[in-house]
Amino acid sequence: MSIQVQNIHKAFGDFVALGDVSLDFPTGELVALLGPSGCGKTTLLRIIAGLESADGGRVLLDGEDASDTHVRERHVGFVFQHYALFRHMSVFDNVAFGLRMKPRSQRPSEKAIRTKVHDLLKLVQLDWLADRFPAQLSGGQRQRIALARALAVEPRVLLLDEPFGALDAKVRKELRRWLRRLHDELHITSIFVTHDQEEALEVADRVVLMDHGKVEQIGTPEEVYRHPATPFVYGFLGAVNHFSGHVDGQSVRVGDEVLRHAAPDLKHGDEVIAFARPHELDIVTDLAGTDGVPARVARVLSFGVTARVELDGLNGATGQHFEVELTRERVEALALQEGQTVRLHPQRLRVFAR
Amino acid sequence: MSRRAFQVLPGFNLTLGYTLFYLCIIVLIPLSAVFLKTSQLGLSQFWDVVTTPRVVASYKLSFGASLLAAAINAVFGLGLAWALVRYSFPGKKLVDALIDLPFALPTAVAGIALTALYAPNGWLGSALEPLGIKVAFTPLGVLVSLVFIGLPFVVRTVQPILEDLDTELEEAAASLGARRWQTFRHVTLPILLPALLTGFALAFARAVGEYGSVIFIAGNIPMVSEITPLMIITKLEQYDYTGATAIAVVMLLFSFVLLLAINGLQAWTEKATGRNR
Repeated sequence: MSIQVQNIHKAFGDFVALGDVSLDFPTGELVALLGPSGCGKTTLLRIIAGLESADGGRVLLDGEDASDTHVRERHVGFVFQHYALFRHMSVFDNVAFGLRMKPRSQRPSEKAIRTKVHDLLKLVQLDWLADRFPAQLSGGQRQRIALARALAVEPRVLLLDEPFGALDAKVRKELRRWLRRLHDELHITSIFVTHDQEEALEVADRVVLMDHGKVEQIGTPEEVYRHPATPFVYGFLGAVNHFSGHVDGQSVRVGDEVLRHAAPDLKHGDEVIAFARPHELDIVTDLAGTDGVPARVARVLSFGVTARVELDGLNGATGQHFEVELTRERVEALALQEGQTVRLHPQRLRVFAR
Repeated sequence: MSRRAFQVLPGFNLTLGYTLFYLCIIVLIPLSAVFLKTSQLGLSQFWDVVTTPRVVASYKLSFGASLLAAAINAVFGLGLAWALVRYSFPGKKLVDALIDLPFALPTAVAGIALTALYAPNGWLGSALEPLGIKVAFTPLGVLVSLVFIGLPFVVRTVQPILEDLDTELEEAAASLGARRWQTFRHVTLPILLPALLTGFALAFARAVGEYGSVIFIAGNIPMVSEITPLMIITKLEQYDYTGATAIAVVMLLFSFVLLLAINGLQAWTEKATGRNR
């Protein structure tokens, strides 16, 4: 089922959590809402679920306006960051809860419920825990039970609020892959909220990047990573170096230094901010000329497949830190010493007007 | 190969020893004195004393009104705690402080105040009289004062549990299609039940032993509005010490059995709600 939100506005007192957000979530996709904490992503998810009401705008479920529909009637599965399992019920009773609460006329027989619950527990691979209580399970197990419980009522969409946020790194990674497989099996329209860019890029079909209650960019993980539309997205996804300066003909001037770029739509004299990923910077030891930003080598880390060089900016870039990723061969050829002054040449530079 | 489990704060011997010693001095010795004194009566004499119609009527009133008052407090105390935890309203802090007042007030003051209020010429009494409702000097008056003194127990035992209760649980229930009543009945209430039972037991125990606030409003009409503690006092005033202790023994046993039953029920609910595994 498709989900659309149109011109959603929500404020808590003076704080605008969501400012006129419109989004389309096509049927069957797994979409990540990604952004730093306080960006409004959880609020948006709760508004879609009906747990929170918007000050303005509409939520359409399957093309129908659901803005005034109670959460109970929306048929959405919601998974909470801290699981929200009923601690006084066994795992079985937790999963069966939604079925048992149905009006008598729609309620399946106790036998049908048992079959269904065991099927769901098999789906989340925890059939053997049916008689345990939530307190006896690990975090990862609890979240899988919470997911089984949400799926029991056959929701039209699945909404997950930082589902792996409370888990440790290893379990997180495991569950992430598992969630992707599960989605490929069920094809239920799903939205999950996360602040972990790796999680969003790895799991989702499509990523919605949000900041300060606004949508910054929507796209496939590849698109948003390769072609960030705004400075925020560039800075949020992956490691990045940035230079601030102004446009001077075909280059960006940072202090006395010059960085070449190819952004013809910028006017002479514009204040700009330029980004380059660590692997898009090169180090040259020849200090002549004004091409590239001067920097001092702070540390050379060459234990991985590629080597990483950390540098402190000089002159126009004083006080800034840079990170450069080079091949091991290149680092050996340069024979960098800590404390040595070098120049940074961007191979590729993305320039945004400020 | 028995090794003692490591504990951050040791002191099992000290605390257990102290507990037993304290219990002996403060609780067991005075109570056994009651039994000792009573044993001066023969069994048939004892039976005669504790089954006089007037005394039996007082048991019915004392235990009946106490159970009823505790039950009323359980319902309305839960409501009060709910309002205090879940909502913010002007004067909330004041209401919160007012709840403890029955703890602090000398019981006689409470009794006199309630009597003045509910007497046929009092503010409330005069309003209720035309409706045919008499509160002061009837068993209803006893109930009113027992409800008054028992209220804080339920509120104060339920409040912290409610504060810990995550609203996410209710949201989860709603998203699974549960209606409001179902959410309360199947999610909220089972979690609150052990605390609610504790509050009930405390309110009940306090009500059974209550004397000061009740005697003023009860009117103390034989066979109608006499409570058991009053019967004991009456015997004492007649220098019938063994008779007084005999009634006290019955009261003690009754209360002990009831409290034991409530505690058992509470342990059972805790187990059934998966907390004691």
